[in-house]
Amino acid sequence: MEIREKYYLEIADNAFILSHRLSENCSKGPYLEEDLACTNVALDLIGLAESIYNEIAKQPNSIATGDTLAYRRDESEYINCLLTEQPNGDFAHLMVRQFMMDTYNYYLFSELTNSKDKFLAAIGTKSLKEITYHLRRSSEWMLRLGNGTEVSSQKAQTAIDDLWRFTDELFTPSEVDLKLRNDGISADLDVVKVNWDQKVNEVFYLSNLRKPENEFQLKGGKSGRHSEYFGYILSDMQFLTNKYPDATW
Amino acid sequence: MESSENQGPLWEVFIQKKPGVAYKHVGSIHAFDKEMAIENARDTYTRRNEGTGLWVVPSDQIVAVSSSEASSFFEPATDKIYRHPTFYNLPEGVKQM
Repeated sequence: MEIREKYYLEIADNAFILSHRLSENCSKGPYLEEDLACTNVALDLIGLAESIYNEIAKQPNSIATGDTLAYRRDESEYINCLLTEQPNGDFAHLMVRQFMMDTYNYYLFSELTNSKDKFLAAIGTKSLKEITYHLRRSSEWMLRLGNGTEVSSQKAQTAIDDLWRFTDELFTPSEVDLKLRNDGISADLDVVKVNWDQKVNEVFYLSNLRKPENEFQLKGGKSGRHSEYFGYILSDMQFLTNKYPDATW
Repeated sequence: MESSENQGPLWEVFIQKKPGVAYKHVGSIHAFDKEMAIENARDTYTRRNEGTGLWVVPSDQIVAVSSSEASSFFEPATDKIYRHPTFYNLPEGVKQM
């Protein structure tokens, strides 16, 4: 796979795996409207992933299709960040993970709209509308949970404390990312981080929530080294294609 | 995630199909505050390009005629056919009536 396609894949895998986690929540939401809303976000993200996988498959010399990229790779070939694959906990946990990723996606795709790569610029512009709404929703949930009851605030804080160690990886550029940076193709993750920090600080402040003091961080997903949960995701996600390899729909 | 009996108060949802036309009642949703209400309405009722405008109104703020009062409210109008505009010719250009 060429450098540029590998960079596409990073973005697609983040959307795909987070979408899968959200889809696991389908029918388990706290009530009907929230269940629909969460599933809508999952659908937006899988739509984003699909269009990128298809674009990678379209490149000359590619033997892959959008479907084989999504469903026929091995664990180490997925390069999503560890944060996206963390299992669903309670509702606050799911929403904190979502808020962190929505904020990241919002600023990442804002940067990508200026990419010199036409495909990235186009997908950035298109996705930003969806992501703006996702971020609005998850930010408001942070305020609601943080300023709600003692229990809701405690649950949100516990989730932040649990998930914070996966946030640095979002801003750690991969090799391909750095190579494309000079050509103005990849998004500058330093800029994304400054914006991300500012937004997260603002929302945490308004929600009476805190960043954990512990600096410990975990990385690996971006280079294919995943957490223990990933095998379970794959066996679930790839069940259909493994059992019925020739299935079409 | 446990399902809960307490889903928040009820809100009525109105959608405008295109700019300029009247809002129509499409259903209701549950939500705990205004922001949640408009977002739940969006996620529940406008997923398939249904509209260009959206209203939510707390159901308990709507004043309605109770069914026991319905006859005194509406039946006096049934035998007054001369109040209908069917005796007029509408100009051809009128689309919304």
